[in-house]
Amino acid sequence: MKVLKNLIVKVKPRFEKGGSLYFLHSTFDAFETFLFVPDHTANKGVHVRDAIDLKRSMSIVILALLPAMLFGMWNTGYQHNLSIGLTAPFWATFWFGFFKVLPLLVVSYVVGLGIEFISAQIRGHEVNEGFLVSGILIPLIMPIDVPLWILALAVAFAVIVGKEVFGGTGMNIWNPALLARAFVFFAYPSHISGDKVWIEGLSSGEGIVDGFSGATPLAAAAEGSATPSFLDMFFGTIPGSIGETSTLAILLGAAVLIYTGIASCKIIVSTFAGGFFLSLLLNAIAPGAADPSSFLNVPAWNHMVMGGFAFGAVFMATDPVTGCQTERGKWIYGFLIGVMAILIRVFNPGYPEGMMLAILLLNTFAPLIDHYIVQANIKKRLNRAKTNK
Amino acid sequence: MSNHIRLSKGLNIPVKGTASARIIKTVLPDILAVKPTDFRLLTPKLLVQQGDTVKAGSPLFADKKNPSILFVSPVSGTVSEIVRGEKRKILAVLVKHNGKNEYINFNVPNPRNAEKADIIRILLESGLWPSIKQRPYGIIPDPEKEPRSIFISAFDSAPLAPDLDFALRGETDAVQTGIDILKKLTKGDIHLSMHIDNHASTPFHKLQRVISHTFEGKHPVGNPGIQIHHIDPINKGDIVWTIDLHSVAAIGRLFTKGVYDVKRMIAVTGPMAINPGYIETYPGMCMQQIKEFVAQPLRRYGEDLPARYISGNLLTGSNVGENGYLGFFDHQITLLPEGKYREMIGWAKPFRFKKFSVSRSYFSWLFPRKEYILDTNLNGGERAFVMTGVYEKVFPMDIYPMYLLKAILAKDIDRMEELGIYEVIEEDMALCEFVCPSKTEVQQIVSDGIELMIKEMS
Repeated sequence: MKVLKNLIVKVKPRFEKGGSLYFLHSTFDAFETFLFVPDHTANKGVHVRDAIDLKRSMSIVILALLPAMLFGMWNTGYQHNLSIGLTAPFWATFWFGFFKVLPLLVVSYVVGLGIEFISAQIRGHEVNEGFLVSGILIPLIMPIDVPLWILALAVAFAVIVGKEVFGGTGMNIWNPALLARAFVFFAYPSHISGDKVWIEGLSSGEGIVDGFSGATPLAAAAEGSATPSFLDMFFGTIPGSIGETSTLAILLGAAVLIYTGIASCKIIVSTFAGGFFLSLLLNAIAPGAADPSSFLNVPAWNHMVMGGFAFGAVFMATDPVTGCQTERGKWIYGFLIGVMAILIRVFNPGYPEGMMLAILLLNTFAPLIDHYIVQANIKKRLNRAKTNK
Repeated sequence: MSNHIRLSKGLNIPVKGTASARIIKTVLPDILAVKPTDFRLLTPKLLVQQGDTVKAGSPLFADKKNPSILFVSPVSGTVSEIVRGEKRKILAVLVKHNGKNEYINFNVPNPRNAEKADIIRILLESGLWPSIKQRPYGIIPDPEKEPRSIFISAFDSAPLAPDLDFALRGETDAVQTGIDILKKLTKGDIHLSMHIDNHASTPFHKLQRVISHTFEGKHPVGNPGIQIHHIDPINKGDIVWTIDLHSVAAIGRLFTKGVYDVKRMIAVTGPMAINPGYIETYPGMCMQQIKEFVAQPLRRYGEDLPARYISGNLLTGSNVGENGYLGFFDHQITLLPEGKYREMIGWAKPFRFKKFSVSRSYFSWLFPRKEYILDTNLNGGERAFVMTGVYEKVFPMDIYPMYLLKAILAKDIDRMEELGIYEVIEEDMALCEFVCPSKTEVQQIVSDGIELMIKEMS
């Protein structure tokens, strides 16, 4: 530890202004502050600061993502085995998925962090921690079969157009991870929809069990065919994007986020409330037995565990940068995400999932919601001034 | 009439080194300083030269914009130095104490039947006028303008703050006289706020001619700004005054004894203070004189951390250095270890027992009674605003802190006004700075905003 510290202190001048490696100073800084909390002290203002920083906050989010990610790895192997009619022991299943998911993670981080480092260097800023989370989120909301080059393009698009053009982490309007998914969705739709892409090896079609369908429960529901049981969907042994299938694993992450206060429980709760509310409403007007294939028939509780609803509610909608910033606004924002997600799911004929578009839509409107909340506060202040005179 | 107000938002930072209720020393200052920099946007006009002899109450400099506002020497002696900074800006006037207690005798009227104009004249002459703060902005009051009301906080809730009941014991009569004097300067009320925990035992609950309020909650509940917001908020065009109890007592003494006597009890606090307690001294005293109470450098993460001398509390005080001087308004010295060290992967450690955090991503909440040896390390790097809802938990006002700060950063005067800039000064938002994960310099932003408002609105 001491050796490392001395080394850093020794080479640091080279990366400072006038040093031979100045052009790499942001990169150096990123590694230095990763290893050691900097020796900066409070100069002006408050002399003591809370121990929390963005690195800590972001690492808590990553921690919260781990259950979903690990389950996603196992499920990748499990779904693959199902498709070829094989049963394998737990660890074999996990390792199979692990080595399928790992390249996605590596590509996402290398491309994303590469761009982040370069743009931090150009701006002369410190490298922001935001991408540490986006870098893991993006692979988790992709189908396992997504080609690496598409993933790379999507990450680059998300980081450059979604974040850096606005000024970097903290300035972006849309959730970068969802933007990456939206990019694939619109640019390469065949790679993120249909029945084949969700299960490793299904697209190439070798050795597949006869009659095996890789359809996600949502696709099945949209067609009006039978969906897996609630418990299967809750535990997550279903096809879908890598990280989104297990509601249980996601809720574990949600517990961490809510408990540490890193994510707003108001958004999570109200998103579920909004989704549940609208699905109940739809259930009430559903044709039921008259048209058993109608999407309206899908019970409200099933909506909560299907597709990306839970994952979006816990990890995407709660992004503090792109969500509402006022506490009252967060309730409205979450509720509308839930409502919109179900609305898009059920009434959109082309694609059975609505969470991504719902969140991106509400990202767009979050400042407007905040505007009205803040405006109410301003009015209150104005009225107070008037009545006092 | 008594009103109770309970605040649920706020934070008491659990730092070690509360002053125990005893006097550890009477510090007769050798050299002390009167600093124009203690007052917002003050341009001083010097009235003395190096070598001049002064008494306690002799003017040293005046406000250039309003030369009737005088700043005086707290002790008798000679002007030993005029300390100047960049562009010859006057930073401090140093007075060498001659050991005698020679006072200028002011011709004070009887407090009972004093006229308003006389009171203002005497307060200006005696140098006690600047001890009043005018809101909005927390500036020296304009003698031409009458305040709507006056607010006095009878307790300090800041970290390690002195116990005012102890620091002002035996001064209740002087405080009462001060209040009677101030009452003649406003047609409105004088509001006195006490903390619910000691409002029955505090000598100040017997004060007359005030409207008493009891407050409940954590810091910043003791800040007059917070109290005003909940008692009778400041609207555009309003002028109110705030004044601390020490200054009220000084006004009382001025009108009974006719002298500028600002001797007071100052708490020496903080983790680096040996036997934290109270000293009897004058504002402007030199930190050199409390050296004996400062601990040896603290060993932490392989470095020796010397003490930082803060005039004031650790949220709003200023780092004056070991040769610095106590500020005009400060009644507390905080000694903290200077956090200049590199902690290996500190942000990733599950436990950091030496650090305190309000965030549950650490485990400080498991030890609610623990007092920490907190140091001045930033604990991270500065970033853009990312997290939301953090400031709101420690800011007990009906104001959107993040939006106000952004309006200030955008220099949008109208928006600042709409969002409540008139109601805050730096100290009210200091806790936002403490908890900020992005390490934003909140108080500096507020200060810039206030200065911009003053310049644009005058």
